[in-house]
Amino acid sequence: MKRIVIHEEHCIGCRLCEVHCLVAHSASRNIIKAFKTERKAVMPRVMVEEDGPLSFALQCRQCEDPSCLEACVSGAMHRDERTGAVICDETRCVGCWMCIMVCPVGAIQQNLLGTHIASKCDLCYDAEMPACVAHCPNEGLTYEEVSEEKAPR
Amino acid sequence: MRTVIIGNSASAVGVVETLREHDQRAEIVMVSEEPHMIYSRPLLDHYLAGKIGRPRLAYRSADFHQRHNVTPLFETRIERLDTAAHEAIATDGRRIGYDKLVICTGGLPIFPPIPGREAQGVYTFTRLDDVDGINARIEQQQVTDAVVVGGGMIGIKATDALTRRGVHVTMLELAPRILSAALDEAASGIMAERLRRAGVSVLTGNTLSAINSTGGQVTGVTLQDGNEVPAQLVVFGIGVRPNTTLVQGSDIVVNRGIVVDRQMRTSNPDVYAAGDVAEAYDLVVDLNRTVAIWPNAYRQGGIAGADIAGLLSHDRGGVAMNAIEVDGLPAMAIGSSNAEGGDYEVFAELDPERLRYKRLVLQGGRLVGAILVGQINRAGIYTGLIRTRMDVSDYRKQLLSESFGLLSLPEHYRKHIVTGQGIEV
Amino acid sequence: MALSLATASFVIERDESRCIACQVCVRQCANDVHYYDEESERVFSNDASCVGCHRCVTMCPTHALVVRQNPLEFRPHPNWSAGKLRDIYRQAETGGMLLTGMGCDEPYRIYWDHMLLNAAQVTNPSIDPMREPMELRTFLGAKPEKLSFDADGNLLEDSLPGPQLELAVPIMFSAMSYGSVSYNACLALARAATKIGTFCNTGEGGLHPTLYPYGDHTIAQVASGRFGVHLDYMNAVAALEIKIGQGAKPGIGGHLPGEKVSLDVSRTRMIPQGTDAISPAPHHDIYSIEDLRQLIYALKEATQYTKPVSVKVAAVHNIAPIASGIVRAGADIVAIDGLRGGTGAAPTAVRNNVGIPIELALAAVDQRLREEGIRHRASIVVAGSCRNSADILKAIALGADAVYIATSALVAMGCHLCQNCYTGRCNWGIATQDPYLTKRLNPDIGERRLVNLIRAWSLEIKEMMGGMGINSIESLRGNRDHLRGVGLNQVELDALGIRAAGY
Repeated sequence: MKRIVIHEEHCIGCRLCEVHCLVAHSASRNIIKAFKTERKAVMPRVMVEEDGPLSFALQCRQCEDPSCLEACVSGAMHRDERTGAVICDETRCVGCWMCIMVCPVGAIQQNLLGTHIASKCDLCYDAEMPACVAHCPNEGLTYEEVSEEKAPR
Repeated sequence: MRTVIIGNSASAVGVVETLREHDQRAEIVMVSEEPHMIYSRPLLDHYLAGKIGRPRLAYRSADFHQRHNVTPLFETRIERLDTAAHEAIATDGRRIGYDKLVICTGGLPIFPPIPGREAQGVYTFTRLDDVDGINARIEQQQVTDAVVVGGGMIGIKATDALTRRGVHVTMLELAPRILSAALDEAASGIMAERLRRAGVSVLTGNTLSAINSTGGQVTGVTLQDGNEVPAQLVVFGIGVRPNTTLVQGSDIVVNRGIVVDRQMRTSNPDVYAAGDVAEAYDLVVDLNRTVAIWPNAYRQGGIAGADIAGLLSHDRGGVAMNAIEVDGLPAMAIGSSNAEGGDYEVFAELDPERLRYKRLVLQGGRLVGAILVGQINRAGIYTGLIRTRMDVSDYRKQLLSESFGLLSLPEHYRKHIVTGQGIEV
Repeated sequence: MALSLATASFVIERDESRCIACQVCVRQCANDVHYYDEESERVFSNDASCVGCHRCVTMCPTHALVVRQNPLEFRPHPNWSAGKLRDIYRQAETGGMLLTGMGCDEPYRIYWDHMLLNAAQVTNPSIDPMREPMELRTFLGAKPEKLSFDADGNLLEDSLPGPQLELAVPIMFSAMSYGSVSYNACLALARAATKIGTFCNTGEGGLHPTLYPYGDHTIAQVASGRFGVHLDYMNAVAALEIKIGQGAKPGIGGHLPGEKVSLDVSRTRMIPQGTDAISPAPHHDIYSIEDLRQLIYALKEATQYTKPVSVKVAAVHNIAPIASGIVRAGADIVAIDGLRGGTGAAPTAVRNNVGIPIELALAAVDQRLREEGIRHRASIVVAGSCRNSADILKAIALGADAVYIATSALVAMGCHLCQNCYTGRCNWGIATQDPYLTKRLNPDIGERRLVNLIRAWSLEIKEMMGGMGINSIESLRGNRDHLRGVGLNQVELDALGIRAAGY
């Protein structure tokens, strides 16, 4: 399947990935509206880690054997049959945080913006390319076919 | 090839999903004592609290059996096994033949022989039937006060749910502090305070000596110290013990739970056990032990399923862990979370203003346990470090930092876990 | 601190209806122009620090930013322009020389823009480059005096050319040192040169060991500071270039401030970390053409006559006899850098007032070498602002064998000509060693953009050559009949050696 590949040597810490992830998951999908009127209801699912000049954008690695899926008590976490992505069904998630407790990269976050559910990357389900990759100005993220053997476990 | 699975929860689902992924033809029979579809037991408190409706208790969709081509046998209780004949024998005498058997019978709630426990209004808290009973009682008997016996994970979940239903709860914990198996004093104190703030009466170092009733209906409990607590509802949330009754008298070795190897095989080569009933390898303590938690159950089911399908699978072992939330304040305990003394090295930081607490336990330079209260995002990175037994001594100082993340870790480990390449773990 | 009289060069307009306070501009500005105010949850700007590099404008996801020239106007005065006044205010405050980066920004006449190319009509046919082969291949180096053959018709040894550089296109990347530009910029240039089949130039910064694999497409400079010069360096590359002068700062040496001398730069240059790298104004062993000849032959000896040696000079008043001397000293290539050539750091006064435009220098040198019968002994490479494919064609028609481009290459990689290279705070990650900033130039992207630029220019060059009825770039070289001047006086036309349009 296609995966988001992180290139930390090219991440410039601008956080445009976070901006566009938020927009892609907003109701309006309009950048100005998303920030000016929906900001308290939507959050990015990619996070930039930064320590001095070193930085990279991190989102769910779409593991081959996802710990979150095995730990999910509600059945919300599932592998989408069409895209192969590990997706949290937000209508079923109860916010028990088991997935957060087991994700080895820490890519799942609490969404407490008027809700109480786990928030994670869905590879921008309907889009050809995830928003974070499409808007990365320096190819610090790329979207590539990665064989199963080379994928994170 | 006929695989019979006894049970219908996480580990049973794990067996089915993995086995079916690799073997489309094998016959699979799922035997369940309960009449219900596959539901999630950890969601029972959410259901009791009214946070979710009954349909959302479903752990897998209603067509699970059909989609995976599984024959379900509901309301069938297996009484014993005839391993020589490769048969599981039900209470009604039916003999269910198998080539491979997976025991996923889970745990039985501990229900101590307290005088008066047969009164109406006394429940355990592990099955849907329990919650249906509690629900009915709350609605029909105008329950204003309840006693929850046990200040562990189950007790607190029951307490939090009942409190949200507007019931005043008195929580009884025999140990000097709540959640004593998972949390240290500081974390336990924060959670107890949180419970009290939500209106719960938390009584530690105390438990009940009798259940009082009038006309068969529970009216309260008498404590060990002689005090009485009125209640129209008593819930036992002490814990569970492995449900091993069906293997008694067979050749299958039982210690506390059914002893299994790294492929989830019992001492009988055609019988597997997975989940809360199994005594499987725990990589933190480097011993087999029973750890009744959901992720272990599902994973172990998957290992058994893979082995039956003929795949080379090997369980790396489980890590005891749990997450709980009291009145919106989350807490997590991972691995040997409250270990201290000996060769354990403990780093802890308390932020009482923001109700945040972090405690990390190292042993021989490796992270073996963690407690997080309040701020829990990224907790899984600690779990990963525990699981991979990484030597963290070079950067132990960063582990506690507020900005702790993958960048705090050595480059090769970071790159390995984000790309899947690099070092072997 | 006393009040500064130097007013802001730019004003920043932030459209509040579009600004989403995402703070991308805050994070991207190395000059700390933008800042976020937590209390009001708004982003503000400090215009005075803005250098007009457009990084924030380009990165802003809602296009909320516009940077304008400060419309503040002084009382009009043809002699005392705003720029002149601001320079005085700054110098009165600092007591220092004004420094700047990139090429001369004074409005001297750009002769490329006053020359027009020819095309074939009726009396000779034009060529369709889509159907017919077009040869852009160029060889740089000394060509034989004459051809002599033995009795069997085989070429005699003295008829064989010396070592040559083979260029797939007559365009090379001019000298940009590691130190003045980032490692990623060097890497992008080296990879692009390799992919295109041309050459990049180390400048006077030495060659980083990890760039040795691109040595076959690298020209290594030997400058007055001799930074990073050693035998392995010379043998790792395709050609050597003695740098006498640079168009942006004729007559003075290079200056790399200590802040840009990182550990890696110091190792590559073989100087202590954090020290200023100051190359002397002259080579202290060159005070005559004879001295130059000694160095040329020292380099040829060191590399066993396997590599052509180039000598680079700035275009100055007596450039024609200077070039003649260089050729006679044994150089295989004469590189001439014009008034508008770029730099990473130069005194503004020098950059804007010393030297002559490359077009005039080129015409004079080509003419002089032809008259002296030594044009074949060396190739001419010109630098100092070829901005597009037409400029390159005009340079070749005036007599160049090939051109060096640097500013265009930097622009391709993102440079916006803010002229602040000397500060080391290049927001585009090019002219900096700051690890926060160097990451901004992804060498993969840089390489791709450079290759694209040269590809695009090659297509245009072929199209225009075909239009002239020429199918080989060699046939255009020095073919000034294909040039006509517009808006030039007779002195300029004569200097360029071309006729006026209409004749």
